[in-house]
Amino acid sequence: MSAELEILAIAVVTATAAALPGTYLVLRRTAMVSDAISHAILPGIVLAFFLTHDLNSPLLLIAAAATGVLTVVLIEALIRSRLVPEDASIGIVFPALFSIGVIMISRGASGVHLDTDAVLLGELAFAPFHRLAVGGVDLGPAALWSMGAILVVNAVLILLAWKELKLATVDASLAALLGFQPVVVHYGLMTMVSVTAVGAFDAVGSILVVALMIAPPATAYLLAERLGPMIGLAVAIAAAGATLGWAAALAMDVSIAGSIATASGVVFAVAFLTAPQRGLLAQARRRSGQRLDFAVRMLLVHLLHHEGTPEAAEECRESGLHRHLGWREKWTKRVVSRARQRALVDRSGELVLPTDAGRQVADDAVIGFTC
Amino acid sequence: MIDFFGDYTLRVVALGSGILGAVAGALGSFAYLRRQSLVGDALSHAALPGIAIAFLLTGGKAPLPIMMGAALAGWVATLAVRLVVRRSRVPYDSALGMSLAVFFGFGLVLLTFIQKRPDAAQAGLDSFLFGQAASLLREDVVAMSILGAACLILLAVLWKEFKLLSFDTEFGESLGRPMRRLDGLFTLLLVVAVVIGLRTVGVVLMSAMVVAPAAAARQLTNRLAPMVVIAAAIGVFSGVSGAILSSIIPHLPTGPTIVLVLSTVVVVSLVFAPRRGLLWRWIRLGRLQPSAALDPVLMHLYALSQQHPDEPDHGHPMAVLRTMSPVGADIERVLVDLQARGLIEAVGEGLWAPTPIGRREAERNIDRADELRS
Repeated sequence: MSAELEILAIAVVTATAAALPGTYLVLRRTAMVSDAISHAILPGIVLAFFLTHDLNSPLLLIAAAATGVLTVVLIEALIRSRLVPEDASIGIVFPALFSIGVIMISRGASGVHLDTDAVLLGELAFAPFHRLAVGGVDLGPAALWSMGAILVVNAVLILLAWKELKLATVDASLAALLGFQPVVVHYGLMTMVSVTAVGAFDAVGSILVVALMIAPPATAYLLAERLGPMIGLAVAIAAAGATLGWAAALAMDVSIAGSIATASGVVFAVAFLTAPQRGLLAQARRRSGQRLDFAVRMLLVHLLHHEGTPEAAEECRESGLHRHLGWREKWTKRVVSRARQRALVDRSGELVLPTDAGRQVADDAVIGFTC
Repeated sequence: MIDFFGDYTLRVVALGSGILGAVAGALGSFAYLRRQSLVGDALSHAALPGIAIAFLLTGGKAPLPIMMGAALAGWVATLAVRLVVRRSRVPYDSALGMSLAVFFGFGLVLLTFIQKRPDAAQAGLDSFLFGQAASLLREDVVAMSILGAACLILLAVLWKEFKLLSFDTEFGESLGRPMRRLDGLFTLLLVVAVVIGLRTVGVVLMSAMVVAPAAAARQLTNRLAPMVVIAAAIGVFSGVSGAILSSIIPHLPTGPTIVLVLSTVVVVSLVFAPRRGLLWRWIRLGRLQPSAALDPVLMHLYALSQQHPDEPDHGHPMAVLRTMSPVGADIERVLVDLQARGLIEAVGEGLWAPTPIGRREAERNIDRADELRS
């Protein structure tokens, strides 16, 4: 496999691994916790690095994941004290932990290679250089193996705890009532988020983990109505976004991780505009359809009101309708042609007259109003 | 002793941090009350592409265009968040986190693009992320104080409107106030505060400057005006003392030090705040807890003694009661209390049994429970 393809594989695996817990974060409205965790793991990484002096030591991952869980515990403790609202709790805890990490680095690591921006930003392009070799046999990039393992663990855990996660996400009170321990589910999920964030941080950088965790599930949320399809879509969108970002980065020779985050945002924007039910365009189309519908009904009510009266010759003349209804001429034409299309009105010389079906619609409209 | 007034760098840095603390603290109070504490975090991350674009367009690092670029990008990001929240079912926090990360990622793309160009000066991502308080110049502080003063004056002029915005937007709308425009204006002020702070404390820590002073001040008062003033004061105190601390102690970066001072203030006010604080609550609950715990322990002891109907003096050790009670319950104290009320007695070395009065009390409890059930 060439280095480019290895990078693509790592990107896709990382994105899909992040999208799995991310779906629940989006649904539980705790998306910003991923941001907090991805920053707050810094002191854990630094501490473990001071102990081992090895950036590739597994202890780093364990310490970072533990710090991530600690972050969640601290945030929850603040929220449960009921002294600080949720968003502020997040905003207090993670900068404090992050500051401790930065200070530890600048006081202890002078002369040792540990760049904060390397931790925070990561560079996917370097990932293939760390190889996993067993007995001298090259098995591929280490990041691919670690993220692959995290992906598998995430998928298995979600499948095993499918019912519990779903219930605790949709109705935590009911879950507690039925004895499902939503608190345990919550911490389990947060541990999953921590481990995934830690695994991804050296591949894509901690800030971009946030993009991978939130953007694909949020996109899927615009498209799916059920949890199963939503997760499936989130995974597919994550993979597509990673591939798109990777290709763009290669073409323009820019940061791959940044490009993937941007691509995820672009994919979301496209879905936001064009999603079949919930997109902006669909909303606009629905609204203009409703407007036209309403106007047709008003036209019919007007026609019915004057039908058979002496003023009918004036009030129902096609060329004068817009004045009587107070509409613009062009719009009136559109409304009349729409009504004719649906066989609700008929032309008789200069006049526009309601058909039987049109009479029915007007009756319904009026009764609907008086009721 | 350090020579505060003689040391030019320290004076500039402390002044800059103090101004930042005041502005961020005052504006942060409103953000805190509006449950928008994390907007500062999102804004500061989202500023990156603006900085990169300003750099690309002007080809230099003049502070004014860079600041304007940063502000513009942050502003666009919040507009995107508002649009997504208003027109789709994606929740606020997801929209916020997404715009934060996507904008930042795009900024990263632009930065790598800049770094590739042969004429590129070092783009200085590091100083953007972590701030570079030591590099503050007098001109920067002058610019910061002008912008900060403008923010604070606007805040004072539109005090009533912003108060309405924070507590009851619907009521404000019903009065015919342009609440949506006010919301936009408030975000703009926050953008300015964040842009001021980026040079000093950097992206990640800017969010603490917005949230922490407000959170600490909120514990100390229930009124808006005192809260804003206290938050600003805490901001100034943390900014200045953080700057001084980091100049006394070597290898102590300014931004993180300020944040740690702030975090300490938050913890102190959470614990010691009168009426609301954890200590206060603990003392009050401590008075209530024993009486609430009395009955269960008595009932357990009664239930145990029912196992030995023929020997009313059969005692049970405290360890048994402990296993029957919730973790952490202070059984020892409860037993002493029950004994003082004459409901139980010690019948041997560490063994306890209910007295006849205690037995009657327990039976009454059972009757009461039966009545409630029927």
